[in-house]
Amino acid sequence: MEIYLIIMLILMICGSLFSLHAKDLLSAVISYGIVGFGLVIAFLILQAPDLAIVQIVVEIITLVIMIAVLNNTTHQQEESRFHFSKMLYFAVVLIFAALFFIAFNKISPLLSSFGNHTTRMATPYMHGATVTGSANLVTGIVFGFRAYDTLGEATVLFTAVIGVLTILRLKGKKDE
Amino acid sequence: MKGMTVIVKKVTQFMAPVIFIFGIYVVLNGHLSPGGGFAGGVIMASAFILQILANGEILDKLRKEESGLEFLESTAILGFLVVAALGLLLSGSFVFFSNFLKQGVIGELLSAGIIPLENIIVGTEVCAAIATIFIALVVFKDEVTK
Repeated sequence: MEIYLIIMLILMICGSLFSLHAKDLLSAVISYGIVGFGLVIAFLILQAPDLAIVQIVVEIITLVIMIAVLNNTTHQQEESRFHFSKMLYFAVVLIFAALFFIAFNKISPLLSSFGNHTTRMATPYMHGATVTGSANLVTGIVFGFRAYDTLGEATVLFTAVIGVLTILRLKGKKDE
Repeated sequence: MKGMTVIVKKVTQFMAPVIFIFGIYVVLNGHLSPGGGFAGGVIMASAFILQILANGEILDKLRKEESGLEFLESTAILGFLVVAALGLLLSGSFVFFSNFLKQGVIGELLSAGIIPLENIIVGTEVCAAIATIFIALVVFKDEVTK
């Protein structure tokens, strides 16, 4: 099971790297889709179907909007030349990657094994089905135990819509 | 954005109602099976987006649709707060979001108290929000190119 997850993660990393370096913007967007749909399969392997459903639908809509935007622009990205500062960035990234690798190598034996997290916060949620009465435990947590979080998420979405409408409005209300 | 060919339009006519009904199913069964308000709302909004992409826009209709969707969204988020406040008033304990309806049998469609109600409200809100954003982008593009 874990080997499939590692394969998916490597595929996602390859897709994101390609989308950074692609010459054509359309192929960059499509290879960005590899990351999203790979995340869907990773969620399914990790047994989180709720997240997988949300991720697959949002990914499809995001790709549709991005491709619709790309239809109105030029496909080609402007060429960038090689600079010395790029070498510096590359060196810094390599140093940090090596540091993280060493740190994780030392830390990871101290943690509990994969999938068996310490559930100090979530222990009351284990019997959530009998407390809230909903058969789907995730919905029971999202709308029962953590309804404040859901209210906050809905408010964030509402605020986002107001922001989009405010920015995109060309004519003021007074003109009408 | 012009409409697409006749084949795409016909297939969209058949598929969009099915997608919308599937979204309603996901919302209503949110407390029984995977899914819920957010996923179902986005599925319902994708039916709208499919229609707009396939048929091209008729701008007068879209403007009317946009104001209606804005009203729906604001009403839905107000309804979420009203449900929370009803839990504060009707149940004995003075707790926001407390479950004031009967829990029923686990696994039936009408169970889990206010959770299906909250699912429907959040589904409406998410559907209206995403459709509003998409329609606003389409209308904005038309106003700029004029």
